[in-house]
Amino acid sequence: MSTIAVHGHEVAHHGHDDHEHHHHDTFITKYIFSQDHKMIAKQFLITGITMAVIAMILSILFRIQLAYPEKTFPLLETLLGRFAPGGKLSPDFYLSLVTIHGTIMVFFVLTAGLSGTFSNLLIPLQVGARDMASPFLNMLSYWFFFIASVIMLSSFFVQKGPASGGWTIYPPLSALPKAMPGSGEGMTLWLISMICFVASSLMGGINYVSTVLNMRTKGMDLWKMPLTVWAFFLTAVLGVLAFPVLVAGVVLLIFDRSFGTSFYLSEIVVNGQVMPFEGGSPILFQHLFWFLGHPEVYIVIMPALGISSEVIATNSRKPIFGYHAMVYSLIGISVLSFIVWGHHMFVTGMNPFLGGVFMITTLIIAVPSAVKTFNYLATLWRGNIRFTPAMLFAIGLVSFFISGGLTGIFLGNAALDINLHDTYFVVAHFHLVMGSAAIFGMLSGVYHWFPKMFGRLMDEKLGYLHFWLTFIGAYLVFFPMHFMGLDGVPRRYYAFTEFKSMARWLSVNTFITWAAIMSALAQVAFLYNFIHSIFWGKKTTQNPWNSNTLEWTAPVEHIHGNWPGEIPTVYRWPYDYSKPGHDEDFIPQTVPFSQTMSSNLPHDFEDNEAGLEAQSKWDLANKPQEEVK
Amino acid sequence: MAQLQQDKDKLNLAPKKFNMWLFIFTSFMFFAALTSGFIVYSGGSTSRGIKIILPHAFMYSTGVIVVSSVTLFMASRAAKRLQFDKQRLFLWLTAVLGIAFFAIQIYGWSVLVKMGVYFVNPNASQSFIYVFTGMHLLHIIAGLGLIFNALSGSYKNIPQVRNLFRMEFASIFWHFIDIIWIYLYVFLLLNQY
Repeated sequence: MSTIAVHGHEVAHHGHDDHEHHHHDTFITKYIFSQDHKMIAKQFLITGITMAVIAMILSILFRIQLAYPEKTFPLLETLLGRFAPGGKLSPDFYLSLVTIHGTIMVFFVLTAGLSGTFSNLLIPLQVGARDMASPFLNMLSYWFFFIASVIMLSSFFVQKGPASGGWTIYPPLSALPKAMPGSGEGMTLWLISMICFVASSLMGGINYVSTVLNMRTKGMDLWKMPLTVWAFFLTAVLGVLAFPVLVAGVVLLIFDRSFGTSFYLSEIVVNGQVMPFEGGSPILFQHLFWFLGHPEVYIVIMPALGISSEVIATNSRKPIFGYHAMVYSLIGISVLSFIVWGHHMFVTGMNPFLGGVFMITTLIIAVPSAVKTFNYLATLWRGNIRFTPAMLFAIGLVSFFISGGLTGIFLGNAALDINLHDTYFVVAHFHLVMGSAAIFGMLSGVYHWFPKMFGRLMDEKLGYLHFWLTFIGAYLVFFPMHFMGLDGVPRRYYAFTEFKSMARWLSVNTFITWAAIMSALAQVAFLYNFIHSIFWGKKTTQNPWNSNTLEWTAPVEHIHGNWPGEIPTVYRWPYDYSKPGHDEDFIPQTVPFSQTMSSNLPHDFEDNEAGLEAQSKWDLANKPQEEVK
Repeated sequence: MAQLQQDKDKLNLAPKKFNMWLFIFTSFMFFAALTSGFIVYSGGSTSRGIKIILPHAFMYSTGVIVVSSVTLFMASRAAKRLQFDKQRLFLWLTAVLGIAFFAIQIYGWSVLVKMGVYFVNPNASQSFIYVFTGMHLLHIIAGLGLIFNALSGSYKNIPQVRNLFRMEFASIFWHFIDIIWIYLYVFLLLNQY
């Protein structure tokens, strides 16, 4: 205690000096080229939401084509011009829509929008740091992301339209500029955009790892970190290790596209013209791509899992069930994610033995994932659950993670994959397990930490409306797709209902499209709520959810450096909710055990002999009286 | 106040140095991916593979870059002993050796071209030689940037803490790209026939 008093004295002196040095933020340094992690988090969030809305509108456009392959909508021609001649999407533009929808959602929304927002906001605030390890790099990270977004969207304005070879950009479609309209300038812009994006991700990831490892406050050892921070940390590690591999793949692709090398291109004829390429291996690109691509899906889902751990524990008013198991399963997922990429390539002519190996590693990764879901359920079990919108979205994540994860066990099977690969079964699987689950985690985080970001509360009623419409809508959209996939309906087809054997799926397609439109409209409730609450929401208190973690000990008003005076010291883990013997149902991490004598347990004093002794003395003096009562 | 300011600098520098280490991991993964790509590609068919003896130039460049690591180490040691003239001398030597390395690699390419081993090549294993060396040269450019950064700091007489920081920043990276080149060269040697 005494040390704190001394420091307080110093700070008082220091504060005076600070005033003289205080640099006045201009509009540009405060809102645009900000180096404050809280502002950068908001920039990421708002850019991410914008990109999400755009990608969602793209999906509605191609859903309209799938539901009404025969009809024409003159409005579409008005809106899209040459991309929808006669009011009907052109097949090439349909493929562009699918490609850009996937790219934006996976990379721009669920990687940068999710990690960028919450790692930036929460890592310094929850580990007790003034800012990131390198605030300047952090700012660059956002601006590279912004440039990448602009370039990606600008590809809608080139003559032949955006890239259209699928978000996985397999060669030869991506390597031959003349292969299809989208392989031209659209593909070039896609590659430039992704290079900026990878640069942004790496700068962000390096900062997150470095901040977690170097800048934790006093008392914050690794096992006292909230699960959010663990998840962001491991996500950043995955990004740092996986993205360079994508760069390597893309570098070779660029050489093939622009320099005429034959890394990926083999003997090939385009429009009756023999191309000069010889001896390349298109499968090589798939190896390099999926070595990133598979960790990438965990980069998408792990922050969402971390956020839901925190939200579920806080709103169940219970310690997270199996904290250590949660951390070890995150580590297990991270390690395993690097040795399962082959399950995306079972039908590329892979050696069946190798396929068997990838199948086993894939099925093993179900174990840590299942540990996590069971722990969520066990945390909810008999908790004093508060159904805030954030909590509902976190529970929604668990639901999607289970129902989407179960189909992963089917798809991880090399033999079943012969039937299921590239069908709507795959589409249903990943939209539930990493699409819906991750976006629900992100929305949960937005509702939960909105007061921290903007100092105001979001409207609960609109939140409930948003949740139920989105939750039901997502299931109505993706659940029927399983059955289409089992029937062999291939993904990415412009008008598969023209095939006689698949014509019967037209009614289902129409149904899915209307469900998608409903869930898209539900997002209007969110957007209205979000924007309205930024300016006119109810003012928040410092700790609106009665939460334990450090960010709620920082003042509501944002100050550069997060805490006035000394950074708080941490004494306990972040999940002391409803601890028996304590008068409140939460004990923040900053409360020392000496102030909670009535609720301490022997295992709170693992490396602390003196504390245990003091506790047993106190127990002797006080506990018998309680028994008399 | 000055003391406090310096403490703050120290606090800020450690994580930045850590950032460099993390960047090295990303860079390592990049080259690991390229060499794995080579293995996957070359293993695909017997018609692939390097199938030539590498030019001697690459042996000389290896020698040059190893020596440059030694001179950089001498520069760091001089900086720590406050012998700033010596520090500058060895930094200049390192920079010159780095540029020489760059030139020898380019010369190596010209020898390859004379041998008929082109970048645009139906046997992409041979194209990989250019990719490895080219991507490594990009790192050399970055490394030279860091060395000149340390040099300019030394000429501007920046505080010793920062001088040492710049030295260390450059050293971590330079020794790393030295090791990466040795890795790439040995990798190529092992695969040359």
